[in-house]
Amino acid sequence: MTGAEPKVTLDLALEAGLTAEEYDRILSRLGREPTYAELGLFSALWSEHCAYKHSRVFLARLPQSGAHVLQGPGENAGAIDIGDGWAVVFKIESHNHPSFIEPFQGAATGVGGILRDIFTMGARPIAILDSLRFGELDQPKVPELVNGVVSGISWYGNCFGCPTVGGEIAFAPEYAGNPLVNVMCVGLVRADQIFRARAEGPGNPVFYVGNKTGRDGIHGATMASATFDEHAEERRPTVQVGDPFTEKLLLEACLEVMRTGAVVGIQDMGAAGLACCTSEMPARSGTGMDVELSRVPQRETGMTPYEILLSESQERMLLVAARGREEDVRRVFAKWELDAVEIGRVTEGGELTARLGGEIVARVPVDLLAEAPKYRKPTAEPSWLAERRAFDPLTLPEPGDYGAALVQLLGSPTIASKEWAFRQYDQQVGINTLVLPGSDAAVLRVKGTRRALAVSTDGNGRQVFLDPRRGAAMAVCEAARNVSCSGGEPRGITDCLNFGSPERPEILWQFAEAVEGIALACRALDLPVVGGNVSFYNETSGRAILPTPVIGVVGVLDDAGRRATQWFKGAGHRVALLGPDQVSLGGSEYLWARERRLAGALAPLDLETERRVQRAVRAAVSAGLVTAAHDCSEGGLAVALAEGCVTGRELIGCEATVPAVARADLVLFGEGPSRIVVAVETARAREFEALMAESAIPWRWVGTTGGERLVIRVGTEVLLDVGTAQLEQAWRTGFERHVA
Amino acid sequence: MRFGVVVFPGTWSDCDFHYVVSEVLHQPVRYVWHRERELRELDCVILPGGFSYGDYLRAGAVAGRSPVVEALGDFVAGGGLVLGSCNGFQILCEAGLLPGVLTRNECLQYRCQSSHLVVENVDTPFTRGLRPGQVLTMPISHGEGKYYTDPATLARLKQQNLIVFRYAEADGRITKKSNPNGSLDNIAGVVNPEGTVLGMMPHPERASEAAMGGTDGLLMLQSLLGSLVEDGSFLKR
Repeated sequence: MTGAEPKVTLDLALEAGLTAEEYDRILSRLGREPTYAELGLFSALWSEHCAYKHSRVFLARLPQSGAHVLQGPGENAGAIDIGDGWAVVFKIESHNHPSFIEPFQGAATGVGGILRDIFTMGARPIAILDSLRFGELDQPKVPELVNGVVSGISWYGNCFGCPTVGGEIAFAPEYAGNPLVNVMCVGLVRADQIFRARAEGPGNPVFYVGNKTGRDGIHGATMASATFDEHAEERRPTVQVGDPFTEKLLLEACLEVMRTGAVVGIQDMGAAGLACCTSEMPARSGTGMDVELSRVPQRETGMTPYEILLSESQERMLLVAARGREEDVRRVFAKWELDAVEIGRVTEGGELTARLGGEIVARVPVDLLAEAPKYRKPTAEPSWLAERRAFDPLTLPEPGDYGAALVQLLGSPTIASKEWAFRQYDQQVGINTLVLPGSDAAVLRVKGTRRALAVSTDGNGRQVFLDPRRGAAMAVCEAARNVSCSGGEPRGITDCLNFGSPERPEILWQFAEAVEGIALACRALDLPVVGGNVSFYNETSGRAILPTPVIGVVGVLDDAGRRATQWFKGAGHRVALLGPDQVSLGGSEYLWARERRLAGALAPLDLETERRVQRAVRAAVSAGLVTAAHDCSEGGLAVALAEGCVTGRELIGCEATVPAVARADLVLFGEGPSRIVVAVETARAREFEALMAESAIPWRWVGTTGGERLVIRVGTEVLLDVGTAQLEQAWRTGFERHVA
Repeated sequence: MRFGVVVFPGTWSDCDFHYVVSEVLHQPVRYVWHRERELRELDCVILPGGFSYGDYLRAGAVAGRSPVVEALGDFVAGGGLVLGSCNGFQILCEAGLLPGVLTRNECLQYRCQSSHLVVENVDTPFTRGLRPGQVLTMPISHGEGKYYTDPATLARLKQQNLIVFRYAEADGRITKKSNPNGSLDNIAGVVNPEGTVLGMMPHPERASEAAMGGTDGLLMLQSLLGSLVEDGSFLKR
């Protein structure tokens, strides 16, 4: 063993992020003190980021299988069968911590990381969606962070050549010190050609392929497993630096080498880099690995074994090839001018052996590295929650001017147009994007078939904050509803669970409740969770973010031509509201925009109604009965109608009448699940009515499109009458004016 | 008509052009690797969009000196047609096959959006099926699309009618507002004096199917087919 590196002690282990108990466990299992490089392996692989130590016991609650699931959690990404021999591979992942420290590179490498997760499975990435959350735009640094993150995504995704087709950008003060950058990627692969991160066949050669290794990103995983303090920016060296051009070459080289039949298994070197791949791949296959670190292509001199193992340099993969096929691997990577170096072999015996110049620097059982301790830490409902939830928004006065209230809501940055960001992203490369960003879900065709995919991401931190279980279930429902509104049948989800420190019982309670809510909704809607990511420690100086599960849904349209978008298409179409009347101002955008208040109870969620409403809207879209379908979410019915008027190519007014079932501000701006606005051509109204009757859901006609104003009556009284041009102006400028 | 679609490291519209030529235009097409010099069997070479060699130096600067682009001189001299879109236009300018340069967008941001183009010159194989003043709608997607050239060259471009497309409003008016990147004189595409090398920033391959929102790009490619006369030689100008 090398003596060049520091002697490992308990103090050093604590400094590396391990606990005393964990260090004891390592000592007893190894029967000796670990070397410095070995300590680095444990520090990274047993970090929360890599090992899900605090979350695993809860995540077991999520449904992970189903008729269409080809690959569930545990691989680089999940995979779902979509028919015609095709599979869709998808996953969402966070890059929150790096994006706060260095927004441009943090966000860029977030895109890079999730792209690799998709193409390491053999799939060609066809779509990116970004779910972003920032502090309020009048808080210090927030506009700069928005600019940095958006330009980082733009730079990496555009250069790589994968379209960005959707996502969301939302604002709340709780994200000011911890912005959320969650990136989802969707790829296509033949269902029988999915590759996995396995190291099978002792004797098979292990290739390092792609970019060279430098000192960037060392301890990225450990950094992402701790909270921030005022010195967060000093951690900039732990952020990786991206190279989208090399990633593009790596994509083409990987897909090409996979077609040769020479590849046994392959894994992206993401968090914890080489350390992660050389332990996880053999651990999944019951094998070991013996690697020579001096053969690893390096772009800096004098790197130690510790640094080589833990570097998070981007655009690298570890590839296990079939013995005898080494030349195929070398030839393909040489064509793409990338390194492909045989650094070792798959072995029997279940150990990872790392050498430097032949001398062993680490020798650890891979199952010990890959199976970090699991914790079930105490959970406790926050003491202040009941009081927050007990607040009744109807004790506040009604607005004097409902039209002004609507204009204010449309101009709130969370609801306003995000065109400023999306026009910086290529949305069409690959010529698959049938519905561009701006509708409830993006729709992408699957060339060579009649089918299309509908994809959406959703989350609502305020609702989850007030009621983690119901709020998280609502997030699943809303993401799925968005897909259903476009005509797609939701087939599976990926979740990115963003929370504060799990070492605090009230945060872990939020987490446990939210996971339970996701599980309930997924079971009711028959949606497997095929992959995802947990991001804990999103807090700065003891203040946590809103608990924010972000849900990505992929759905399938059997006929790409039978799809819907959210905006009204013409005058004289009848407008209907599907779903229940029950809504609430608790946790609503209205309550926030007007009162800067986060309180109240959420509307009830009936999962059976949700399922039926989604089925009904899909049936209406696929029968060609609706000319628009739009989920009612932030801002309630009034905002949904206004978005129908102003988000399309031309402005189209609407006159609507809704019954005065409650106070007018609640009827207009209240938020609740399972509600969808649709437009129907008059000639098809009877057919539509028949279909709704069959669907056994609550619904009613509420109005007609046309004219240049949005007029809403509650009962018999006109409460709101605003020109569409004024609505559009508020919606177009509400976000952009803060960042342009 | 036999098409070749050039693939540089970092090209990404290659598959899209290949798809449109083969599946929509129903013409034979093959990929051309950036190291190839043998183009003789092709009638039209397409330089697609992307970030060739990462475009870390200056868009198109490295690709403009690659073997396949070096071979384009002879290919063009032999009557071959070249269409460069987006990065392809940048490469053609860097290689000196077209005049001018493409610099960073005036807004200093990447722009992906729909754009309207007014057709200024129908006297090329690429535009002979179009009407002068016709307005086409096609997407742009670039960070470095601001066309610039010196006043003398601009005067020559105008005098020889080498400006093919200009950014315009939907009704064809040339306005500052309709110029998405700050290009000189709203120039979106130019051609060589022989009319056989066309460079343009917009993406015709993204506007070649009704499902993708429009077919104005296909009109251009269909014009090309019409320019091949029966004996296999090109109908020039």
